[in-house]
Amino acid sequence: MINSGDTAWVLMSAALVLLMTPALAFFYGGMVRRKNVLSVLMQCFIVMCVLSIHWVLIGYSLSFAPAKGFWGGLQWIGLRGVGLEPYADYAGTIPHQAFMIYQCMFAIITPALIIGAFAERMKFSAFLVFTLLWATFVYAPLCHWVWGVGGFLRNLGALDFAGGTVVHINAGIAALVTAIVLGRRTNLEKNVPTPHNMPFVVLGTGLLWFGWFGFNAGSALAANGLAVNAFVVTNTAAASAGLSWALIEWLHNGKPTIFGLCSGAVAGLVAITPAAGFVSVIPAIIIGLLVSVFCFVAVTVIKPRFGYDDSLDAFGVHCVGGIWGALATGLFASKAVNAAGANGLFFGNPKQFLIQLAAVGVTIIFTSIVTIIIYKLVDLFIGVRVDEKSELMGLDLTQHRERAYTILE
Amino acid sequence: MKLVIAIIQPDKLEKVKDELYKEQINLITVSEVLGHGRQMGVTEIYRGAKETGNLLRKIRLEIGVNDNFLEPTIKAIIKGAKTQETGDGKIFVLDLNECVRIRTEERGSVAIG
Repeated sequence: MINSGDTAWVLMSAALVLLMTPALAFFYGGMVRRKNVLSVLMQCFIVMCVLSIHWVLIGYSLSFAPAKGFWGGLQWIGLRGVGLEPYADYAGTIPHQAFMIYQCMFAIITPALIIGAFAERMKFSAFLVFTLLWATFVYAPLCHWVWGVGGFLRNLGALDFAGGTVVHINAGIAALVTAIVLGRRTNLEKNVPTPHNMPFVVLGTGLLWFGWFGFNAGSALAANGLAVNAFVVTNTAAASAGLSWALIEWLHNGKPTIFGLCSGAVAGLVAITPAAGFVSVIPAIIIGLLVSVFCFVAVTVIKPRFGYDDSLDAFGVHCVGGIWGALATGLFASKAVNAAGANGLFFGNPKQFLIQLAAVGVTIIFTSIVTIIIYKLVDLFIGVRVDEKSELMGLDLTQHRERAYTILE
Repeated sequence: MKLVIAIIQPDKLEKVKDELYKEQINLITVSEVLGHGRQMGVTEIYRGAKETGNLLRKIRLEIGVNDNFLEPTIKAIIKGAKTQETGDGKIFVLDLNECVRIRTEERGSVAIG
């Protein structure tokens, strides 16, 4: 039975999640130097174009068509059989295509998140091929394992409400791997790059926060109490984490920064993502307050110590925040919030924490290995990194023959 | 005392700075400018933005030096900026009448370094 309220909410949520990719474009675009801002915007937007088509042709089938194995089945290729009637195993009250297009937006933003790791030095052609291969060989299988009918992590009982493992740990660990194999940006020590447009970062954060209501509350796939719970804890965790990061900076560096607050808010949104449908509001505050501590340490202590150049902290925020969120779900999940979920460690079920740990482990190992293979293949055939002259001139001119800002009118 | 004004390619700024530092020339002023020399209608990559017509983006360096630092300065800029292609830029050398360090009101060659 199609429910009009549910359908309206899921369609609205799909639009909200789509908006997160342009939001991410500005969030990242503001952080790079001005010679590279268009390249980041271009990468985000081309992902919207390419993966939208990829999704309806093969991505959705490989991710969600029922099957037991590496991928989902092939029976839904080109959306054959994916119609306007509900498919009860995923969502019983909305048209199947509404579920499909909602999931499409997740498939778009996940590879876009990785852009933060290789910003300012990746060849555009190589980026396109890498993204297509990654969507096919990393995102689709993992999405299938966690959310698809027949997926083994789903059968194991791993809780991931809106994509902590599939989206954030997945993209975050791929980000770390690409940052390491791609190497550091040229001249990093002598000329520390500073964000060229901080208001863009703030604008992007605001739009991400807004879009994230679709991401998390939409994952209820219905306009119901569960969606409201997800909405409330999402907002609460983002607020706690933004506040927490600003306070850490205040204590640690003497002054709170808007950049820090924005990083914290995004980290909070990441961390609450897997938990949004399973935890109540007090755990959401704890999840938010603590995620900023972990991510702050990741980007200010761990990154400099190991020397990998995760340009815009895609790993430090999304992977670290995502791992915390997935584990916190195993701590704070409660059947009182969601009877279809499970109790976590603090509600008398330590096994759930171990299941969450297993899901995190599988994601990290699988994604690292396959991402390296894809990277090496693309490097072999196309070459992943731009030459040094192009990097110094900036990717806007050398990859796109465009410039964001003029000097004279 | 001399004032050295150099116009170089934007992507050569880092290398030129490195070469200048090696010669202990640390006091420079940098600005972003538009211009063209012999390139005129030459359409190279820096013409990306159509609005600027054939004016190309360049970097302008200004360095005040004592006479004994003049040749090292010139050589360092050349070392960092030369590719032997059209558009590498120019170095202008002007006599400098006076130099005042505002903080101490020192004048002349002590003020320049």
